[in-house]
Amino acid sequence: MKTAVRAFAFSLAACAAGAAQAEGELFIYNWSDYTAPELVEKFQKDTGIKVTVDSYDSNETLLAKLKSGSAGYDIIVVSSDFVEIFAKEGLIAEIDAPTLAGFPNLDKRWTGPVWDPDNAYTVPWNWGTTSYSVNTDKVKEGTDSLKLLFEPPAEIAGQVGMFGSPSEVIALAQRYLDMDPCQTDTENMKKVQDLLLAQAPAIKVYNSDGIIERQASGETLVHQQWNGAAMRSRELNPAIKYVYPKEGVVGWMDNVAVPASAKNMNNALEFISYIMQPENMALQSNFTKYANAVTGSEAFFEASMQGAPELITPEDVKVVFTPACSEEATQLMDRVWTRLKR
Amino acid sequence: MSAALAPAITPAPAAPTAPGLAARTVTLLVPAVAVIVLFMVVPMLIAAGYSFLTAGAYGGVRLPLTADAYVRFLFDRDLDDSLIFDTTYIGIFARSFVLAVLTTLFCVAIGLPLAWFIACRERRARDALLLAITIPFWTNLLVRTYCWVLILRDQGLLNGALQASGLTSAPITFLYSNEAILLGLVYSFLPFMVLPIYAVVEKIDPRLIEAGHDLYAGRLAVFRHIVWPLARPGIAAGTLLVFVPALGAFLAPDLLGGGKKLMIGSLIQLQFTSSRNWPFGAAAAMILMALVLVGLVVMARRRGAGAPR
Repeated sequence: MKTAVRAFAFSLAACAAGAAQAEGELFIYNWSDYTAPELVEKFQKDTGIKVTVDSYDSNETLLAKLKSGSAGYDIIVVSSDFVEIFAKEGLIAEIDAPTLAGFPNLDKRWTGPVWDPDNAYTVPWNWGTTSYSVNTDKVKEGTDSLKLLFEPPAEIAGQVGMFGSPSEVIALAQRYLDMDPCQTDTENMKKVQDLLLAQAPAIKVYNSDGIIERQASGETLVHQQWNGAAMRSRELNPAIKYVYPKEGVVGWMDNVAVPASAKNMNNALEFISYIMQPENMALQSNFTKYANAVTGSEAFFEASMQGAPELITPEDVKVVFTPACSEEATQLMDRVWTRLKR
Repeated sequence: MSAALAPAITPAPAAPTAPGLAARTVTLLVPAVAVIVLFMVVPMLIAAGYSFLTAGAYGGVRLPLTADAYVRFLFDRDLDDSLIFDTTYIGIFARSFVLAVLTTLFCVAIGLPLAWFIACRERRARDALLLAITIPFWTNLLVRTYCWVLILRDQGLLNGALQASGLTSAPITFLYSNEAILLGLVYSFLPFMVLPIYAVVEKIDPRLIEAGHDLYAGRLAVFRHIVWPLARPGIAAGTLLVFVPALGAFLAPDLLGGGKKLMIGSLIQLQFTSSRNWPFGAAAAMILMALVLVGLVVMARRRGAGAPR
């Protein structure tokens, strides 16, 4: 902790120096509704750097924009499965994050991920997990395993919901079957297909929207869900429990990176150091209700998030992040999905 | 819109023969042709071109040229790379066709009486009713479809009303069924049937019906021999406007059907998004278009060969 405080003081000093010498500007390009205004405000006040935020709606949009050579952004936020693509295409700059002030504040569990093993390009922004939530008023048994979701007992048949996107359904099914994500092995994918086909008669709906409502109102009793969304279901109906199953959960993470074409590199690095401070990153989590990777930021969470079980992943639960799948793996997923719904 | 449709379905007047007139006709046609080429032919050519390319790793397309996308529509590759006949996609197309046909039939069954009813009102009531028909267009289709979710779901308005009135004691599951999809589609496309039929039946001379009655025709005979034949062009136009978009619909199947079965629309959408196979998506769209085109040609032939008007 002491080193953290020192690092923070150091970075503040660096900020002051930076603000004094350069005309400070920073252009952030992020998903819509995904940049906490409080964080931006505080950053501007503390550093004197003028921040402009612009937004996009998909990784593909971001990729297309950077590929077309449009410059002018200093900070971008990229989903974990797209980081490798951006790095391979040379669209993001090496920032060598471990040398930045504040990096020691990051929880070791979330540093050096598969898509960026040395944190050469990125640091974590928000992250979350995919598992399922259950209505504990109606379902008492089996709430420790993904079996309840994928092989539901007869009593809850017809009251189970899944996401509407093939990649997310299949990723969790692969967790249940204890396979690596992005399988290219046809035998393994056959097992996934058999599992989903056997599960299908018990499914009420495949849809990623409106889950919070469906679970809170009891329309579905068991539903695949993100942890942050499960928290909001629980706020509406205390019987809803987000399950951390023994098989593990699927993780997703958004990552902060600097485009290779950034004009204000120093300010970008300063921003990255800044958000690795607990009190700053907590502002972001308070805004989105998702966890971050900065140790100690929980202390600055707002009351409703303090101790929320959905946001605390038990140490013994495996979190498997999905990388960018190869063309072959994507095609296999498409085949399974088409067979499931033919 | 109804005014624009009516001329399209009546036979074109004989072309003028004078040379000066012909030149002027060509000049006047240029804007219309340019619009058609720019907004219809060019996008279709792009789609057709994409369908013969190879899928890019992260979406998009790349060379080489191939007809794989079309082969895949009928054949599946076995593990040893041999081709086996596969009915998956034919099944998906058949499902969409059945649903689109049912949607069209329901739209005719509701739309024709409704259009007739409106046409029989006095001028001011007619205008008000027509306005009412178009009001749903002021709201986005997604929002309107989602409203049906709110009405039909287990804790929705309909179940609430049924339980409050004592007709049922437990909620009935209406949502996530084929009936719910059909309801959503009929609701979405009904105005497209009513408006063209209205445009035609409004012009029917009431004296024809009086004459029919004078000749001892009953209500049914009047309908069969006078109203139906005269309304047919409107029904044909409405059928086109309902059937074709209903074929490609994916909102209603996803939201009201619970996404349990793929429709053509959702299949194509999937290929352009998470499955990242643009060529196959483009090929599916091309095949769909070809089928519709063949259907239209057959329909036009039959009408041409049948009762000449």
